[in-house]
Amino acid sequence: MDGNTKVYKCRCIVKGSYAGEAIVSRDPMCFYLCNPETGEVIERNHAIHGRSIANKVLVLKSGKGSSVVQVDGFYQLKAKNTLPGAIIIRDTEPVIVSAAVVMGTTMVDRMESDPFDAISDGDYVEVDADAGEVRVRKAGN
Amino acid sequence: MYLTDEEKSILNGEHGFGNMKAMELLVGLGKAFDAEKLIPVSRAHVALSGQEGDTYWCELLVNGGASCKVSPTTNPSWDVENLTKIYDVTSYERELGERTIDVYRRIGAKLTFCCTPGLGTNVPFLGEHIAFSESSATPYVNSVLGARSNRESSVSALAAAVIGKTPYYGFHLDENRTGDFLIDVDAQMEDPYDWGILGYAVGKIAGSRIPVLRFNNLCKRPGPEDFLYFGAEAATSGSVAMYHFVGITPEAGTIEDAFKGKKVPSSETMINQKTLDDQEAKISVGETGPINLVMLGCPHYTFDQIKEVERLMNGRKVHSGTAFWILSSVDAIELAERSGIRQRLEKLGVRIVADTCIDEPCWKSFEGSLGVTDSPKCAYYRERRGQPFVVRRLVQCVESAVNGRVR
Repeated sequence: MDGNTKVYKCRCIVKGSYAGEAIVSRDPMCFYLCNPETGEVIERNHAIHGRSIANKVLVLKSGKGSSVVQVDGFYQLKAKNTLPGAIIIRDTEPVIVSAAVVMGTTMVDRMESDPFDAISDGDYVEVDADAGEVRVRKAGN
Repeated sequence: MYLTDEEKSILNGEHGFGNMKAMELLVGLGKAFDAEKLIPVSRAHVALSGQEGDTYWCELLVNGGASCKVSPTTNPSWDVENLTKIYDVTSYERELGERTIDVYRRIGAKLTFCCTPGLGTNVPFLGEHIAFSESSATPYVNSVLGARSNRESSVSALAAAVIGKTPYYGFHLDENRTGDFLIDVDAQMEDPYDWGILGYAVGKIAGSRIPVLRFNNLCKRPGPEDFLYFGAEAATSGSVAMYHFVGITPEAGTIEDAFKGKKVPSSETMINQKTLDDQEAKISVGETGPINLVMLGCPHYTFDQIKEVERLMNGRKVHSGTAFWILSSVDAIELAERSGIRQRLEKLGVRIVADTCIDEPCWKSFEGSLGVTDSPKCAYYRERRGQPFVVRRLVQCVESAVNGRVR
């Protein structure tokens, strides 16, 4: 680990580890309104409309929407290998936790710093849920 | 999290794979929300959908030997037997529909296929601990009936039905059921559509907080449909699972009750007629012109709403290029049949179907053209399937059906 990497403690919700490019959604998300082929968010007026979450580290405000489509959204993205590799969630809510547990998507919350301050689009982020750590290397460093 | 020896043995797989998976999800949720233990539930409602993700989970449990300790009522998927006589679906979609019905039958659910359980088939009492999924049902049972359910997903509600328990956190605890903020409302609330618009506006402000609404000059007490529309939309634009109406809902007899144990805050915002008119304008934006479908019943229409459609049709026929469907519950349709309304509406071209949701493959022959609905929730979820819906109040939906176009 180099001097440009910052390490933050977090809490594990679903075990696993993953490293990749960050995408930050300050809006809550309903995964059903993603295109499973590409991982693109298709919900109009959404903070990350038109951008792909596939195989990224998704920094997410929260989940939203109906109590069933979230799970199917996860399922369809998983089937096409376009789910995020890991999700860092800020405001944890039950439906998205259910979806992540059932589909086995690595998920953490309670980062010691606000993830929206600590992480920006394009940063290289390692989520190590088992160790309870998020490691962030800022883009451009 | 405390687990009894029996709960631990389920988690260790000693009671079979299906029970183990269900317990893993309950414990995962319990840990995520710092639950101290699991508590028994007396009722459950599963928002099955006929979608792969959800059917996959039910198959995983039932094929792993699980069955329901508490038999849950279920959401609609679609009426495979009857709608396939009219509309084309792929063989895969038909099979998935049949698989869904079969697997929920095998796990021991009550196959009500209706998204409004709190109105008839599964009505909890004040203070009852339950696990209800369906984003419009959860706020209804919590807020209007005073029962205690978290915002369950379809998968966690099924896990609770299988184990007969749910993690003890969130809305099961007194301290989490009190209001978070106050909204004053001063507007004409005429019909369920107005309550839906209000719910949409409130959901955007509330997020997942508990709103307390104080009404000035309310012309009449909200009825079941009004509460349903309010909750459905507040859970679409936000994730509201609990709300209080001062002097109306059971845990908010007074404003002090609504904020029990907390200081009553000053009003965070005032919603007036202009707020609602602006919100309605935003929701009803979109194309105008020829339509191929009018779809009502998200949430499922009640008998009284079906009756209101007949009144507004006033004997006129639906335009030849337009289909008019009302989605409803088995019991409301039976009443409509007994009273002759169903037969009279069918002669006008208005058809009613049970067991069916707006967001199902049976409706895909309408895609690529414009639809009209009175439900913003319907419009929101159909976006993914490539059918734009224009949202209008019921009276305008009926006029659009007669004219074959929306203005």
